[in-house]
Amino acid sequence: MAAESKPSSASHPRPLSPHLQVYRPQMTSVMSITHRATGVALSVGTLLLVWWLVAAATGENAYAQASAFMGSWLGKLLLFGWTAALFYHLGNGIRHLFWDAGYGFEIGTAEKSGWFVLAFTVAATILAWALGMAALGGR
Amino acid sequence: MSAPLQGKSLRSPLGRARGLGSAKEGTAHWWAQRVTAVALVPLTLWFVANVIALAGAPRIDVLAWLASPVAAVLMLLLVAAVFRHAQLGLQVVVEDYVHAEGAKVAALMFVNGASLLLGALAAFSILKLAFGG
Repeated sequence: MAAESKPSSASHPRPLSPHLQVYRPQMTSVMSITHRATGVALSVGTLLLVWWLVAAATGENAYAQASAFMGSWLGKLLLFGWTAALFYHLGNGIRHLFWDAGYGFEIGTAEKSGWFVLAFTVAATILAWALGMAALGGR
Repeated sequence: MSAPLQGKSLRSPLGRARGLGSAKEGTAHWWAQRVTAVALVPLTLWFVANVIALAGAPRIDVLAWLASPVAAVLMLLLVAAVFRHAQLGLQVVVEDYVHAEGAKVAALMFVNGASLLLGALAAFSILKLAFGG
């Protein structure tokens, strides 16, 4: 009896689903994990928002420092990624809200709404940066 | 529920009526994630539009912007919704991927603490700027 002890899950890890090494990703599943990834990225990205607000509330020097970083190429790169992640998570979040309400589950509809979210992400990111650069250039 | 099962259920009538399940919080987490999501749709668009207008702006412009009660209150609501939404979402991510009990508790404490800290820092800064910097 003791010799045939039940294998514990710790010593014998059970297979996880989906089996990522043999799994052919679909557009819908890639968009699903990207929603989660952009959510985590945006959470980290709130550091930029908080830095900006705290710096502005602290004083001229702190604000100038934050401003200089966000205007640098690294700052702009981070902000660009932040903008794209934001519009993706916003658009795909609305897609999720429709699913929560019970609409759009058919495979064709889910793929169409997915492409729509991707197009929205690209268009909104470009528009936001065109307007932002125009505002920056007008100073 | 069918009649024969009803008589044998170990759940008390009160527990069934409350509908909170074994985790004792029912759909509260799921629902709060959706409510904050819906709130963030207009708040985010409003925020992005305002940040674009403030691109490269001097500090005095930020002060002038938040001196408006509408802007300051919307920013406070945005910050509250953002950090609640982030905390709820990150909690699910941690629960999905971190299975060792100690590491999970530590990660959840970090997520909740960091959300509270960053939210409080942002909220206080908004108020300070709104009241003149």
